Amino acid sequence: MINLYEVTETNNMISKENLDVRTITLGVSLLDCIDSDLDKLKDKIYRKIYDAAKDLVRTGEEISREFGVPIVNKRISVTPMALVGGAACRCAEDFAALAGTLDKVAKDVGVNFIGGYSALVCKGMTSADELLIRSIPLALSSTERVCSSVNLGSTRTGINMDAVRLMGEIIKNTAEYTKENDSLGCAKLVVFCNAPDDNPFMAGAFHGVTEADKIINVGVSGPGVVKNALEKVRGESFEVLCETIKKTAFKVTRVGQLVAQEASARLGVPFGIVDLSLAPTPAIGDSVADILCEIGLEHAGAPGTTAALALLNDQVKKGGVMASSYVGGLSGAFIPVSEDQGMIDAVQAGALTLEKLEAMTCVCSVGLDMIAIPGDTKASTISGIIADEMAIGMVNQKTTAVRIIPVIGKGVGETVEFGGLLGYAPIMPVNGFSCEAFIGRRGRIPAPIHSFKN
Amino acid sequence: MKRTIITVVGKDTVGIIAKVCTFLAENGINILDISQTIVQGYFNMMMIVDTSGMKKTHGDMSEEMEALGEEIGVVIKCQKEEIFDKMHRI
Repeated sequence: MINLYEVTETNNMISKENLDVRTITLGVSLLDCIDSDLDKLKDKIYRKIYDAAKDLVRTGEEISREFGVPIVNKRISVTPMALVGGAACRCAEDFAALAGTLDKVAKDVGVNFIGGYSALVCKGMTSADELLIRSIPLALSSTERVCSSVNLGSTRTGINMDAVRLMGEIIKNTAEYTKENDSLGCAKLVVFCNAPDDNPFMAGAFHGVTEADKIINVGVSGPGVVKNALEKVRGESFEVLCETIKKTAFKVTRVGQLVAQEASARLGVPFGIVDLSLAPTPAIGDSVADILCEIGLEHAGAPGTTAALALLNDQVKKGGVMASSYVGGLSGAFIPVSEDQGMIDAVQAGALTLEKLEAMTCVCSVGLDMIAIPGDTKASTISGIIADEMAIGMVNQKTTAVRIIPVIGKGVGETVEFGGLLGYAPIMPVNGFSCEAFIGRRGRIPAPIHSFKN
Repeated sequence: MKRTIITVVGKDTVGIIAKVCTFLAENGINILDISQTIVQGYFNMMMIVDTSGMKKTHGDMSEEMEALGEEIGVVIKCQKEEIFDKMHRI
């Protein structure tokens, strides 16, 4: 039978170490809503999402109360809208109107984000894909809760460099369109290589076309729990260090698995996956950078950071995989800058640069995330940063992403405030040398060779 | 059997167990196990209870226990057993 020590340990994780379930994300397929009439399409989308998600928030709150574990966000992901809207949308404004419908239904059912304003263009773009991409600045500036993502490359197909070039411009435009709010639109826009179909985390969540009609995906988090566990084994060997991370990740993921099963049963929607990520928040003690420091670094970004992060990421996966029947999504350690107080401190101390972050993305679970850069950064330079990140994902057969915010009107040394879970960030310097001629080339980078790996 | 774990943490005072147990008895909740310690003047108790006979919803019970805790000056939490079971048992 459960004893007092175990109960106290669990409750301390929740009350003192920020253990929480970061999100229950309901995936909804909109493929059966497709219609060539825009008004009918909007109506069908609204009704399908509303019917599927009307009890989501209430159910999440009930589970949270019964088990005494916070469930921070309830969210929705939908089929990439470029596929859904292709038959009905003739211009960018038509697509933006669909974003308006998503925003409205998100508000009406009470979720804080809805993801899937997306296009999958890793090899080529259809005219609908291109229209949707061109509508992103308008869509994100005219809505509040809609998140957008674009898959630009994959290990199987290579990198669509035409789309990479376009996304550099779109990110700049989105920043311009939302410059009154410190270019906040870019915080809701992410580009991927090897985007997963079942990611519950925003801004990159969408409901892949290979998924069932509806699905429940759950994202857990607990950097504070791992940090706390590691404090108790300070100075011990790597073996002890790794075992501790693994055991802690197991416990954290089991909570996610329980919540996912409960939500699935109560909503009558199949359980999809648990995403066992360490997702930091700006709250003190909820930081991945702090774990790296506990492992033995003065600041995240110091020599040894990539190795420490590789170890952490791998042990989190090893512990989590055994705790859940189905693991998916991004699963690993996230290293956003603005959402992690330890990362912010590292940047301000001069320990962490964009280049070191890029190296870290080779071994972490996502990529360059929530990084504020000067507003006058050229679109081609942003495309260059994206291309580098996509190449890392393509060659290493992993998901990589870029969520970067060129803050219009601000430069290096200034700070930008996004608020809430998105946090604040010091603006980081970008390498000023040009890559315009490289980005200006047409076509795509071919898929890498899958043999002769040395 | 529907098992819930009740934890009571706070400054030790006269009658904590009496008040909690009275609430449980009035609501048809059966106590299966109690363990309790006092660490540096702080009262720390865990109860495993069976709520099969309870008329109220888990949410209502939780809220009323919280309110009772505030009255006595301790923190009372009611959590379904599964969260601890899942975390600490393979």
